[in-house]
Amino acid sequence: MTTTEQAIRVATPPATLTPPNRKHQLSARVRTTAVLSYLVLILLALIYIYPFLISIAGSFKTDSDATQDPLSLIPATWTSAAYERLFTSVPLLQWTANSAFITVIVTIGRVFFDSLAGYALSRLRFRGRTIIFAGVVAVMAVPGVVLLIPRFLMLKELGLYDSFGGMILPLVIDAAGIFIMKQFFESIPVSVEEAARIDGAGVFRTFWTVVLPMARPAIITLFILSFQGSWNEFSHFVISRQDPALNTLTTGVASLTSGELGTGNQYPLQLAAAVLMSIPVVVIFFIFQKRLMNTTDGGEKG
Amino acid sequence: MGPTILIIRSNLTRESAMAQSLRGTTFRGRGIRGAEARYGWAFVAPAILIIGVFLVIPIFLALFVSFSNWNGLGSPLNNSALVGVDNYAKVLVEPGLAQRDFGLSIRNNLYYVIIVVPLQTALALFLAVQVNRRILRGRGFFRTAFYFPSVTSSVAIVTIFIFLFTASGAVNAILGFFGADGPNWFADPSGIIHNLLAGVGVTSAPDALLAAGPLGLDWWSWLSGPSVAMCVLIILAIFTTSGTFMLLFLAALQNVSGDIDEAAMVDGAGPFRKFFSVTLPMLKPTLFTVLTLGLIGTWQVFDQIYLTGKGAPGKTLLTPAYLAYDTSFKGLNWGEGAAISFILFIIIVSFTLLQRYVLRDRDLGRSGERRAAKREKQFRNEAAVGAAQIARKQEDSISQGERR
Repeated sequence: MTTTEQAIRVATPPATLTPPNRKHQLSARVRTTAVLSYLVLILLALIYIYPFLISIAGSFKTDSDATQDPLSLIPATWTSAAYERLFTSVPLLQWTANSAFITVIVTIGRVFFDSLAGYALSRLRFRGRTIIFAGVVAVMAVPGVVLLIPRFLMLKELGLYDSFGGMILPLVIDAAGIFIMKQFFESIPVSVEEAARIDGAGVFRTFWTVVLPMARPAIITLFILSFQGSWNEFSHFVISRQDPALNTLTTGVASLTSGELGTGNQYPLQLAAAVLMSIPVVVIFFIFQKRLMNTTDGGEKG
Repeated sequence: MGPTILIIRSNLTRESAMAQSLRGTTFRGRGIRGAEARYGWAFVAPAILIIGVFLVIPIFLALFVSFSNWNGLGSPLNNSALVGVDNYAKVLVEPGLAQRDFGLSIRNNLYYVIIVVPLQTALALFLAVQVNRRILRGRGFFRTAFYFPSVTSSVAIVTIFIFLFTASGAVNAILGFFGADGPNWFADPSGIIHNLLAGVGVTSAPDALLAAGPLGLDWWSWLSGPSVAMCVLIILAIFTTSGTFMLLFLAALQNVSGDIDEAAMVDGAGPFRKFFSVTLPMLKPTLFTVLTLGLIGTWQVFDQIYLTGKGAPGKTLLTPAYLAYDTSFKGLNWGEGAAISFILFIIIVSFTLLQRYVLRDRDLGRSGERRAAKREKQFRNEAAVGAAQIARKQEDSISQGERR
């Protein structure tokens, strides 16, 4: 190789001119794999997101447009007829109110009672603690679907069937939440509490003013999970009520989807309902996105 | 199905080790032990009450009902007679509609489990590895996109899927674009293995397969494969759960330090070799969790069945979970429904135990064992050569330890 050649090589960007040497081939290969993997990822992301986009688009289409041209993202004629029908001929507002009421109570209940129990199981010494904790773990292993019939039987027996009580109480505490809180409290140093206690604060006071504020990350996690869980809950509301006035968004929209309210396809109506019912969880998702995406390791790091 | 619950549960398994190490950080030697005990009980009382009343007692109540002939009127405790194991027998051994329906539900769900669990695990792992790359641009976007379907409710997702998979729906429109003629998904009860066989000219059962198999179905029916309609639910399950499991794998991947990756690269491992020999073994605990959760979850298909038409087409979407509900609430055979629930419970528990047994700690399977044995032999040789040195080193470290 002559010096002039070398000079040229230095002067020109290697990607355009140089004859392929081994190193260059490698980087080209790396680049093609990179491009390929981007393409694969983008395609996958499209598959994951596109259904939601056409659902939103579909909710603004006319019935026939939604049936004939399901793929397009832009309705042939924009119409909010589906939404108008949802608010006039379907008791959507009542469903939403029921869902909101249940979600608020269940979420508050879970956050409060789960942390209370989790704290006791991690920090307070009392006889039977180990057995109770073992019980909590055992309860977590029971598959939810298996509980449908048992829960119905119990609600009937207690006279709670077809009431908010029956819809809410069984959900108000979950063993998994207790477990999460217990694990988290165990990662908080004891010394802080001891200081508070030496200052004369009682057990509940210590818990409420000192420990709970420190458990904020875990409480946020529990809040997100409880909110999502109770807002999206379906099967429990199928077996705990039949009164249409107690329909939540999930059971109400389910009755739309499974065609209990009239015949013919009403895709825009169904899609509009699906879109509306997803808004709260999506909003929560985007608010706490950072946390959610790191939830799994955040739990450990604290 | 609650993906959220899934997240929690898997966190638990991983964190229990931590709990172990942290045990003992309780208050010790307190003078107010009595007060503490009172508060302890007061704090757990609501949990015990709710779990007891709405979980433990109901299970025993349902167990009682599963041995009774209760017809749904009044309280089961004084309006029914015990009938022994009749309900279980009707479902499991006595030929008849109940047994056949149960057989169908098991077949349908079995195919669902066999297909969904490996695919969702593999896809979740693939996605996690992809979005974990340090050089990837738009990582946040991809993670959000893949996790997003896990956030929405089953009702919303199923509604969307029904829309996507109608005869003239979006999926068939795309298939049509490629020149393929899509089926009428949700109305098609034909099994895909049967369809494949029909493709090579086998349209009816060979005589050998017409013999009665377990649970009142002949072998030909057992071998139908999932129906076309079930395939939609399979896609739906993979679509909604892969994001959740991706997050679990992602968390585990982030705990695998970059050093190990680099070391593997320096040692000349290619991307595939690196993945299978370095990354995968380190992910084993998470893999175990994901498989367990997948197995538990896929046996509990209920919402989707309820929403897509209660087992139609041709009962090929019937699952044990839905059948239990239908038998009890619609057919008013409460004993039978409860019996199906408990059988399902046993199925889930035994599948989980089986999987634990299969994946128990022997690490790499047979070829891996061979490799490990080879490695150990090599190590022994090296050890023999440098025995003296090693022994001295050990002594050193021991004495160092003592000094410390």
